[in-house]
Amino acid sequence: MNENKIMRIFKRILYDYIYIPLKILSKDKRALFGLIVLIIYILMSIIGPIFVPLNLEPNMEERYQPPSWKHPLGTDFAGRDIFAQIVNGGRDILIAAFLAGFVTIGLGTIIGLIAGYIGGKVDIIVTTLIDIFLTIPGFPLLMIIATWLLQSGITVNILMIAFLLSITSWAGLARSVRSQVLSIKQEPFIEVDKCLGLSKFHIIFKEILPNAMPYIAINFMLSSVSAVYSYTGLMALGLIPYTPGNWGAMIHMAQAYVGTITGAGCWYILAPSLVIIILQVSLVFLSNGIDKIFNPRLREW
Amino acid sequence: MPNPLLKTENVSKIFEVGSMFGAKKHIKAVENVSIEIGENEILALVGESGCGKSTLGKLMLALLRQDSGRILYYLNNGYKDIWSLKGEEFKEYRRNAQLIPQDPYTTINPMRNVLSALTPPLLHYKIAKDRKEARKMAAELLTMVGLVPPEDFFKRYSCRLSGGQLQRIAIARAISVKPKFIVADEAVSMLDASLRIEILDLLLNLKKKIKTAYLFITHDLAIARYFARDQRIAIMYLGNIVEIGKTEEIIQNPLHPYTKVLLMSVPIPDPKIARSRGLPKLKSLEIPSLVNPPPGCKFHTRCPYAEKICEEKVPELREVKGRLVACHLL
Repeated sequence: MNENKIMRIFKRILYDYIYIPLKILSKDKRALFGLIVLIIYILMSIIGPIFVPLNLEPNMEERYQPPSWKHPLGTDFAGRDIFAQIVNGGRDILIAAFLAGFVTIGLGTIIGLIAGYIGGKVDIIVTTLIDIFLTIPGFPLLMIIATWLLQSGITVNILMIAFLLSITSWAGLARSVRSQVLSIKQEPFIEVDKCLGLSKFHIIFKEILPNAMPYIAINFMLSSVSAVYSYTGLMALGLIPYTPGNWGAMIHMAQAYVGTITGAGCWYILAPSLVIIILQVSLVFLSNGIDKIFNPRLREW
Repeated sequence: MPNPLLKTENVSKIFEVGSMFGAKKHIKAVENVSIEIGENEILALVGESGCGKSTLGKLMLALLRQDSGRILYYLNNGYKDIWSLKGEEFKEYRRNAQLIPQDPYTTINPMRNVLSALTPPLLHYKIAKDRKEARKMAAELLTMVGLVPPEDFFKRYSCRLSGGQLQRIAIARAISVKPKFIVADEAVSMLDASLRIEILDLLLNLKKKIKTAYLFITHDLAIARYFARDQRIAIMYLGNIVEIGKTEEIIQNPLHPYTKVLLMSVPIPDPKIARSRGLPKLKSLEIPSLVNPPPGCKFHTRCPYAEKICEEKVPELREVKGRLVACHLL
């Protein structure tokens, strides 16, 4: 009996959260492309390092090799395989990007819901806070914090980086969630729900939140995109103590040791740049399809 | 009426309007309104837009809080102020007073399908034991409001339904908890004329089945007459009730000058009669400002029979020929 119930719930979750979204995505070619590319990236960073281990031993005889069967993307200034570095560098970036995305939508949604639903003095205080954060330029602030961390010698883990990357990005989402909530809570269906005696919890999370969900989901994708740029950007500027084989760090090294994108070293700077760009494009494509998943008005059936 | 279900006593509601700069202005949306609704009764509330009909409905549903006066609900052999109800008693009141709003397109959450709109209240009040039973009951509700086969509608969203279908679902939601009192706020004014009678008949049929009282808010006297036949009509003007009585008596023999004008404004399908009838003999066609309502009787600026006393003294509802009218001249 109990097992039966668990199976039923499991089936429902599988149907609602896996089957239906996939069905919707399959009708949108661009979103499907984005999803497939993203899955390839995720697989690459999970099982890739097993097949292509990172070997950072300098091998001066094989410097600046063009692509070949032995080195699919050529070699760097110390004769190390670029492909291995790309494969091994993906994990950190994906984890940081999605963690930053989650932190952003978590903070933004909760703060926006509180400000919008409670209103009054709470709203004024929270909106002021949001405005202050909106005026802070994100990337320069990140540069300052990163430099300070580098100077103080604190070991930076991936969780900390994710929090840092979302330090200013939540404000924009909080603002749009707040205004969404403000307009939705005036809708007649909320009045009917109140008359039906449904709890505040139900009204906030099951009636109001789904209406703001398309915004939140797209914001998750877009803040992941900007987190990738910020993270690799900080790496490329050499402001975070870098981990070996990180895409941003590769760009930094290429800048420092090769200098140009012409000539022998061009593979070293092109490979990580292209990998980043393809990831970003796939995320943006996917975000279009995500809108359809959360917004029944955009579906074709 | 021996024991009305819900009654208001001198209820007033004042809205504050005005910009951030400049003085705040006050609008008296509802002023000293005392009405009562008995069990299984229909009261049609008629008035032009902006006269406070919807506000009164929301006050009676405890969606807004009145600024003065009391709204009493008959509970356990006694009247209780709805704002003093707590815990189980408030839950009981909430369950028994429901709303059918005006615009069917915003009455159903666009992000939730029909099934998930119908089941939460059933589960909340434990009318249904579990999801399976709630699903069965939702199917029954949809059949009751004429949406068959119900399974076809379960997974649909509001963007894939027509106005009439949505209004039926709104009705199904309202009756799902078996309320004793429903506020139908212009429930048919957004629908096609051909659909209106269907929905009105549906509401009347449901009334027989689940024994509920209606406060039927409308601006259309013809619809009020149809819906509240053998029942009562209340006429509202700028926040005040000006006349209240049996439907046919009011329609056949209006006493208050405003009721007379309102009846004259009902369109007549024959252009010849309509033209010969002419404009109502009003002093002014303009509705007075809501921010600065005229002193005395609020209708005196437009009333063709107005005398000096009307400008000075606020008329009270008093009994004339078996109904209540607020006019000095009767």
